[in-house]
Amino acid sequence: MTPILKVEDLHVYYGGSHVLQGVSMELERGMTAIIGRNGMGKTTLVNAIMGLAPTRAGSVFLEGARITGLPPYLIARKGIGYVPQGRKIFPSLTVDEHLRFAARPVPGGWDAEKVYGLFPRLRERFRQSGTNLSGGEQQMLAIGRALVTNPKLLIMDEPSEGLAPVIVDQLISFCETLKQTDMALVLVEQNLTFARAVSDQVNVMLTGRFAYQDSFEALMADHALTHQLIGVG
Amino acid sequence: MNQVFIILMNGITYGGLLFMCASGLTLVFGLMQVVNMSHGIFYLVGAYVGLTVQQRTGSWLLGILTGGIVTALVAFLLKISLFERVLGDSQRETLLTLGINLIISDVILAIFGGTPRNVVAPERIRTSVDLGISRYPLIRILILIIAVAEGIALFLLIRKTRMGQYIRAGVDNKDMTAALGVNIKLVFTFVFLLGGFLAGSSGVLGGTYLSFTQGFDATILTYSLVVVIIGGIGSLGGAALGALMVGLIDSITKATIPNLSMISIFGALMVVLAFRPNGLLGKGAKR
Repeated sequence: MTPILKVEDLHVYYGGSHVLQGVSMELERGMTAIIGRNGMGKTTLVNAIMGLAPTRAGSVFLEGARITGLPPYLIARKGIGYVPQGRKIFPSLTVDEHLRFAARPVPGGWDAEKVYGLFPRLRERFRQSGTNLSGGEQQMLAIGRALVTNPKLLIMDEPSEGLAPVIVDQLISFCETLKQTDMALVLVEQNLTFARAVSDQVNVMLTGRFAYQDSFEALMADHALTHQLIGVG
Repeated sequence: MNQVFIILMNGITYGGLLFMCASGLTLVFGLMQVVNMSHGIFYLVGAYVGLTVQQRTGSWLLGILTGGIVTALVAFLLKISLFERVLGDSQRETLLTLGINLIISDVILAIFGGTPRNVVAPERIRTSVDLGISRYPLIRILILIIAVAEGIALFLLIRKTRMGQYIRAGVDNKDMTAALGVNIKLVFTFVFLLGGFLAGSSGVLGGTYLSFTQGFDATILTYSLVVVIIGGIGSLGGAALGALMVGLIDSITKATIPNLSMISIFGALMVVLAFRPNGLLGKGAKR
């Protein structure tokens, strides 16, 4: 079976610095975590997949089709939903507009109503500017905005950043809901507890390369390894 | 009393004209981060095309429309052939758009010569109406009405349509908008066409009461840039506010202390930026 997403020996440079140094990964349905300390290249990888960062070498395939070098809007239309780090809510758009303006409806798929059903707080504030929401609500809006494009693959970049633990718990149960659908999920995280609670497979990034790609259980069982890769344990 | 009324009306109507010209500039500026130094010449292209059409056909309205459409086409061709190559490099953008300014300016000089021209309005518009306090030229009132109508139309476009949502989202965050599947390049092209149309048609309208000549583009560009920066880049409401402010300052100082007219406009710009670095209604300011 073709993997949903396949990244093959990806290299990205920012000026003279070699940020991604040959990253490869394959993922199937379910939730895959990408973890690693700050500055290891996690967000760069996401940007490269979305076409927002230029790739020097290597390829990205979505369901077997090469998407490297396509403009971001075509990559999005081919079925990747993007929830960026820092949420990137549009100050000039209302909550409701966020959930409608880029929607690509499919029968039985995600739409604004379905998102409101999951997050009633968003419905209550549907005419307000997205930036008037609390951090947690903004995160739900950022996820909802990506969901209504009905992606095959949803990439979330540090969704738990800056959120209170009780909100992170909500995020965990929401991720469980998403895992019931046939959407593939990528979770880029620094919050190990959160990542471990929702994902089975994990990729650990260390200075532009994956240093570990296997199950979360095996990683956490090996204290020497967790200490070396992520500085805990 | 009469005098004061006329000075204020002149300021307001000039503000209307500046708004028509600057509204396109602020959208292009806000969305594409392109400092389009060719915007002033778009005004002149519109004015001369409108003048020619009006002379050949005798129709003022046709002149305004053709001036707008031809300028939009010129803007479109420049965008797809040249501007797209330098997008994102502000130094090259500035040099390129300034260069285009100079070239078109000389072409205009070659074709039309350097004598100041005027677009001639139909007989029934070349009159004045009684506004109670004083009589006032109808053409200027018409321009104000058209500016207000245009402002409302633009507001509805930006607030109520899907394209408007794309534009607002694009002004906020281009990459994020693209990453949701919006073809932002197409949105840019639309905005550029629209900006060209607005600048060109305002050239014909403005040229009906303000005579124009090669070189006038620099004046219009300077005023439009000040309007855009005072109002806040990318903000239509800001452009309206900025245009009104610049129009009034220009008219009041020209009537009282003409030598200080330019200084007062830039003084106002400095004061606004000192308190609101992003302009009156720009990003980062409260909306």
